[in-house]
Parts: sequence; C-alpha cells; structure tokens
Amino acid sequence: MERPLTQHIDPKKAPLTLKEYQQAGGYAGVQKALKEMTPAEVTNLVKTSNLLGRGGAGFPTGVKWSLVPTEHDTPKYLVCNADEMEPGTFKDRYLLEGNPHQLIAGMIIAAYAIQAQTAYIFLRWAYKKAEFELRKAIDEAYAAGLLGKNILGTGFNLELNVHSSAGRYICGEETALLNSLEGKRAIPRSKPPFPAISGLFGKPTVVNNVETLCWISHIVENGADWFKSLSLTETGGTKLFGVSGKVKKPGLWELPLGTTIREILEEHAGGMLDGYGFRGLLPGGASTDFLIEEHLDVKMDFGTVAAVGSRMGTGTMIILDDKTCPVAFLHNIEKFFALESCGFCTPCREGLPWVVKILEAIENGNGRMEHLDILKQQTRYMAPGNTFCAHAPGAAEPLQSGLNYFHDDFVSHINGKKCPWKS
Amino acid sequence: MLSEEEKKEIQKEIGQYPYPSAACIDALKIVQHHRGWVSNDSVKDIAQFLNMSNEEVEGVATFYSRIYRKPVGRNVILLCDGISCMIMGYESIYEHISKKLGIRFGQTTADNRFTILPISCLGDCDHAPSMMINNDHFNQLTVEKVDTILDNYK
Repeated sequence: MERPLTQHIDPKKAPLTLKEYQQAGGYAGVQKALKEMTPAEVTNLVKTSNLLGRGGAGFPTGVKWSLVPTEHDTPKYLVCNADEMEPGTFKDRYLLEGNPHQLIAGMIIAAYAIQAQTAYIFLRWAYKKAEFELRKAIDEAYAAGLLGKNILGTGFNLELNVHSSAGRYICGEETALLNSLEGKRAIPRSKPPFPAISGLFGKPTVVNNVETLCWISHIVENGADWFKSLSLTETGGTKLFGVSGKVKKPGLWELPLGTTIREILEEHAGGMLDGYGFRGLLPGGASTDFLIEEHLDVKMDFGTVAAVGSRMGTGTMIILDDKTCPVAFLHNIEKFFALESCGFCTPCREGLPWVVKILEAIENGNGRMEHLDILKQQTRYMAPGNTFCAHAPGAAEPLQSGLNYFHDDFVSHINGKKCPWKS
Repeated sequence: MLSEEEKKEIQKEIGQYPYPSAACIDALKIVQHHRGWVSNDSVKDIAQFLNMSNEEVEGVATFYSRIYRKPVGRNVILLCDGISCMIMGYESIYEHISKKLGIRFGQTTADNRFTILPISCLGDCDHAPSMMINNDHFNQLTVEKVDTILDNYK
C-alpha cells in the first residue's frame, strides 16, 4: 500500500535534509510544475484529482484555487493553515515535524498555480519542534534557489514566511486567521467576499491546510488518476487517521480514504484497552457528531461519514470508553468551545457558557429534566446560519448527538442527583 | 521604553508584512520574550512603535491567550486539559502538581519559580496526557515522571 505523505517520516529520526529529500525524489513536482506546466494547468490538474481540503471541511482544493482572479497586477497570497488546535487532532504536527520539505514543495507549486509571490505559514505557537524544523528547511530551500527570486531560473518569485501564533482556536477559521496575520484580533469575517477575492490585506488569498498542501507535489508528479486510485471511495488519496483515548495502541496512520472505522479502531489502534468497553467516538475532532457501535463499518470519507450524520473532520478520532462519563466528556469539550469563542456572535458568546453551566450542574447532581430541553434548544440556536463562522455549529455537533445517544446517562445523572461514574 | 534589541527584532518582523501594524502580535511576543509578560507601559511603547492606538494594541494583547498581561513565574507550566488528556487522566496529574507546588491554575508559587495554566489540546493526543513547560514539550505523563521533570526547572 502506498503511503505518499508519510513514506519519509520516522518520528525517531530527524526529518530529511533538502539534499536527502531531493535524492529520494522530492521537489520533482516543483521542477515539473514550474518548468513544464502553466499555472492554469496546475490548477486544472488539482481540480481533476478532486483533492478535498484536509483541514476538516473537505472543500475541493482546485476549485478554491480557480476562484482567484488571474490578473497579474495585484499582490496575491498563499497561506498555509498550520494552526492545528482541534481537540483530539495531531496529524499536521506529524507532517510538519516529520517532513517540512514536502510542505514547502507543495506551497511553491500552489503559489505558482495562483501566482502568489508571498506565502505565509500560520503556525501554532506550541509547535516548537515543527517551527525549528520548518525554519531550517526554509533556509535550505532559499539557499538552493527553490525560494526567493527567479526560482529554478523560471522567473517565478516566492517569499515564504513563518508566523508563529499567540494562541486561540479561532485562528484556525480561515478568515479569523487572516485577521490574525494582519496583526488584529482573530475575529472571523463576514463572507462574501471570500478570501479568494478579498483575503489577506484585502488581496486575493488562498488558505489551505498542511495535509492538503503536502499532497500537491505528489499529484503533480504522479497525476490525477494515480491520486484517485489511492482511495477506496470516490474521493481521491490517502488520509492521516488517528485514534486517541483508551485503546491499546493510540496513534496515527496513513490509510486509504474509505478505510472503515472498525479497521482503524480494531486493527490499527489495537482495539479497546483490556477492561474498557467502547461507547462511541468523535470521528474527526471535538467539533464532529458522535458515532456509536452501529456505525463502526462506516467508511471514513467526507461523504460516507456525513451520510450517517457526522463529519470526517480532521480524521482523528476520540474514543469514549465506558469508564468515562459522557456528560463529563461533553462538559470538557463545551468548556473548550466556550473559552475559545471569539465573542462576536451572540449564540456562540452567550449560548456556550450557558451550555457549560448546565452540563456542570448535571454532572454535579444538580440537573433538572428541563435542562435537557434547554440544551437541545441551544444546539438549534448554534446551528449553521446563525453565526459568522463554524465555531458554534461545530460546538453543537457533539452536544446534539451526545444528547441523543447518551440520553439515558443524562437522565440517570438527573434522577440519581449525582454522576454515576463518581464513587 | 522598548530596548534596542526589541526594536531591532520587531523591525525585522515588520519586513514580512505590507505595513507595520500587521506585526502587532509578533511585537507583543517579542516584548514578552524579553520581559516575561506585557505591561501597560509595553502596550503603549508597542503602539507608538507600530503607529497604532494604545487601545488597538490592548485589544489584540488581551485577545490572545499566550500573551500574558500579568507577571508570570520564571517557568510556566501549561497542562493540557483537552478531551484526550482528560480521558487519559490529566486531572490526577494536575492534583499532584497542585499539591506539590501549592498552586492552582492561574497562580504562581511564592518563590516565583512556577506559574501553572491550563492549555487547550496540544496536538499530542496519542501520547496523552501532555504538557509544556516554557518551550519544552512532555507527554505520557505519570506522577513519577512529572516529579523528575519539575526538578529540572529552577
């Protein structure tokens, strides 16, 4: 089985140097794109490959690029979203620390496709090792003429900067990220206009996730058909899937899109730890709906997970075991969302702290049955369309499905006036 | 007053952007790196240097969780309280550190050696529980392991 994204990554070793990566075939896609293809051909290739954004939303990457106006007289920007902060998600860290040159190669090609001459990597401050490796790799790329002026003698110029963030989950939302990169509070922008038209500093901008950009060079080298052949479903490619929680072997694996949850959980993660039973999982980070036992044979892909009422999201699963209280689990998650709300939209700013207070009351044995109705009502207030960004709708996802699948647990907290998991 | 070194570093960051105020967050981080935290006076100094109003810089400084607007200890413990770390038992690690150092989240030890703060998911969930101390990352924490780690920070 091919593992294009992680083939050169060994967490126990330092990442490949530029020379080593080139010897292994790295940057071949950059040569090909810049020397043999027009920017439009690159965009069309990515479009044909049907690469869907790996940050969680699954928007077609080639389509995103094609929305950028083609006039050459305005600055354009490419931004890599490396602000990985989705609870339970640890995939971009692996790619950044493990093979920074793969990302740089992808960014050069992406910038060429949209004709951006300046690019930024918006990096989570906590990823110190990733920052160290990235800066080192960028220096190597500049020294080798792969960044800067007249790259590979093609006349294409690209400056690549690293911006290390100052915290806040909301920076991962692409328009909030742009405000943050402009030195402002990270508050999501009203859309339209979309960043492709008016993004960073008011100029056309593409924001792509780390894992998405890591694909670009491979797709250019090997073609759209090869990319499509890697997956078990309609969507192309492999995906980094992760599992955390009470399983035998928590970890991260590059597997074909369409691998079943059961295979990931039982074969790769080794199943539940002895003495722990499976109750449910969040398939792609804290902002995705719960799935339960009956969904274990669902294929992990954007469409198939959506069809059973959740989202593949980041593809890194959080497992709820039978020794962890589902109410406490949700309380932890909703508290995170409440703290990380930027405070701009009312349903998010006011609704989330209310939800947290109620969950806390239920967990502490002070819950009442009408609390469940308020919680349900809040998930409707926080639904898509009521806020500028997906923060509140994301927060509502585990809550609405948790209320549904773990209703009996909520009721036993309320009736027993205590958490059954606490002695 | 910003030091010459701070000014030089901020100036370098400004070079990445089309206008100076875009370097506001970088400037706050630089000042914090040199002084441990960002005081009201520093906010004013940065505002003047970047040609922004004090209120604008204050608004940015208070938005971001990793900008400290109060003094912190010599070492800052950032204990992940994310969902995966909760499942894997960060709470017992917290209780242990808290008891050992006599501080709760948001507090600093009397000798100014440690401040402890909660931090949202550190992206190391397959090795939970995890934490950072200053710029160093630690994972698969146990009570014994934490004791050894803390001893290395004076």
